[in-house]
Amino acid sequence: MDVMPKWAEVILVPLISLLLAAILSALVILAIGEDPVAAVKLMVSGALGSTYGWGYTLYYATNFMFTGLAVAVAFHAGLFNIGGEGQAMLGGLGVALVCLFIPWPHWTIAVLAAIIGSALFGALWAAIPAYLQAKRGSHIVITTIMFNFIAAAVLNYMLVNILRPAGSMDPATARFPEAVHLPSLHDLLAPFGIAFSKAAPANVSLVVAMIACVLVWLLIWRTPLGLEIRSYGKSQRAARYAGIGAVQITMIAMLISGALAGMMAINNVMGEAERLVLNAVEGAGFIGIAVALMGRSHPVGVFLAAILFGFLYQGGAELALWTSIPRELIVVIQALVILFTGALDNMVRMPLERIFLALRRTSKSKSTPAE
Amino acid sequence: MNFFALFDLSVLDTTVRLATPLLLACLAGLFSERGGIFDIGLEGKMLAAAFFSAALAAITGSVWIGLLAGIGASLVLSAVHGLASITFRGNQLISGVAINFLAAGLTVLIAQSWFQQGGRTPSLIGGGRFEPITLPFADALSTVPVFGPIYAELISGHSILVYVALLCVPGTWYILFCTRFGLRLRAVGENPAAVDTAGVSVVGLRFAAVGICGILCGLAGAYLATGLQAGFVKDMTAGRGFIALAALIFAKWRPWHALWATLLFGYLQAIALRPDIIEGALGFKVQVQLLDALPYILTVVILAGFVGKAIPPRAGGEPYVKER
Repeated sequence: MDVMPKWAEVILVPLISLLLAAILSALVILAIGEDPVAAVKLMVSGALGSTYGWGYTLYYATNFMFTGLAVAVAFHAGLFNIGGEGQAMLGGLGVALVCLFIPWPHWTIAVLAAIIGSALFGALWAAIPAYLQAKRGSHIVITTIMFNFIAAAVLNYMLVNILRPAGSMDPATARFPEAVHLPSLHDLLAPFGIAFSKAAPANVSLVVAMIACVLVWLLIWRTPLGLEIRSYGKSQRAARYAGIGAVQITMIAMLISGALAGMMAINNVMGEAERLVLNAVEGAGFIGIAVALMGRSHPVGVFLAAILFGFLYQGGAELALWTSIPRELIVVIQALVILFTGALDNMVRMPLERIFLALRRTSKSKSTPAE
Repeated sequence: MNFFALFDLSVLDTTVRLATPLLLACLAGLFSERGGIFDIGLEGKMLAAAFFSAALAAITGSVWIGLLAGIGASLVLSAVHGLASITFRGNQLISGVAINFLAAGLTVLIAQSWFQQGGRTPSLIGGGRFEPITLPFADALSTVPVFGPIYAELISGHSILVYVALLCVPGTWYILFCTRFGLRLRAVGENPAAVDTAGVSVVGLRFAAVGICGILCGLAGAYLATGLQAGFVKDMTAGRGFIALAALIFAKWRPWHALWATLLFGYLQAIALRPDIIEGALGFKVQVQLLDALPYILTVVILAGFVGKAIPPRAGGEPYVKER
């Protein structure tokens, strides 16, 4: 029997966790001698006060939707994919190869090819840890972390030794051709008469990310494969009795997860930078963990949590610009969210359950008076 | 081609230095995991300890106060991990990840607030660092062939924490296998219900394990910032906590094997710093990026079990729930 009603489970628990994280973050800001109220005001006006701010918020949110979905799919299979960072790096490599070496006539075809390229490279990078977990039992958490480091080395090698244009000192690829330029939200919204900032980097990838949210929802809750993934995640032993292959599900879930993380690259590499640079991912792979935990691994939750973290990220950039609070504040908030929504979940849940039990008991004693 | 150049004394000397934080972190993980608590937050604890030891050493000028501060910071994070994974029976992996991010963010935040040097501490000088210790007769013996240089360069001339780390190996072995506490600790990682039945507190033992883990991580971090280098820089642990975990699996959760495993990883890190020696020894140039990635690649290879099957403590990673 569920102690708590569903709305409390889905809304109240994450909200309280978020509140706790926010209070602690405010204390951190106080401790370094800044004003938390002013900081929040600055974050809100910087991230949501203009279409320029919204453009950045949604741009970051697009990244986090992809990486959040990636972590969420793996979570459903009971796997913890911390390798989103490396998978997104490799996804960037896939996008760069697709955009640089094939002359695309129009961005619509190019973006489809880029999605395939990035997903393929991301999935490839997840495949090896997945295989090692499934076949050799090596811990996927540690292997995916190691693959983040290895991905950084691979990217470094590719950019410095192979993809760097002759004569350039910068470890980055050449600029992508004009034809693969993705339309920004400004271009997309102008026909509808909505004025949106031209300078902001949010682009058509946001739509792709939202489609990905819907597809992941369909996959997890409306397909036999999704059922197998979820049952494997709930109980490996029961899944084995039901004839679900452990190796197969581990591989499939991780391939999908890696592909989603890789697809982030159409936003940050193809949509924004329009070339591949060394630190293109900027920690988005790790934020995906917080987003997935906060969103309870549900695509709707991931979507909302991604926008929240997009706001935090853009707001944090504004803080770093105007105050002495460095950007690392976001890492702290992210850590606190992971801590409260993931690890200290029971700390929030137990008192709530007790309250709901007490409420139920009093309402019962009222409805059935003493006989 | 001169294969023996790969084992140049200076490389081996660096190996010992680089293996020390790995060894301390590995033993830290050993205590925690033997007690049934997975800890992927070794990295974060080391980082926090590195920052606070360097910061306090820079402020007070005393490396010993720095060391205590480092251990204290690491213990605080250990307490968080214990609270999450023992008291509230949360997911130990997620707690570890949170601790890593918490340390990565907070260290830079506080460093910026205290020192305004872009997330680093001032360079430590004089009493702010652990100075190398010259063992007795090192200079006198250095002229003796073979043994002399090995004693003078390889064994002598490290900071005190290196020797402490080495002493921790037999110490850990003794505690785990020769004391009652060690027996109970191992039991709580294998079968906590049995320990509980015997009337010993599972929670108490596990907190003790996590606490020892915190102290050792504190030593590792302090060594990084005040022994190996002179000050804290952002993200200076660079995956050492995870490499230590891999070494722990490689060592199959045994102290002496942990020493050999971390020396191997230390050697890989040391040789990666000397591309000139590798080129001289192998006769061709090895890509720098490959050398950088080598410890991580080896970690994956080891985890893949190509070096034999590693069986973790049976109750590892599972919160203990008393049956009613």
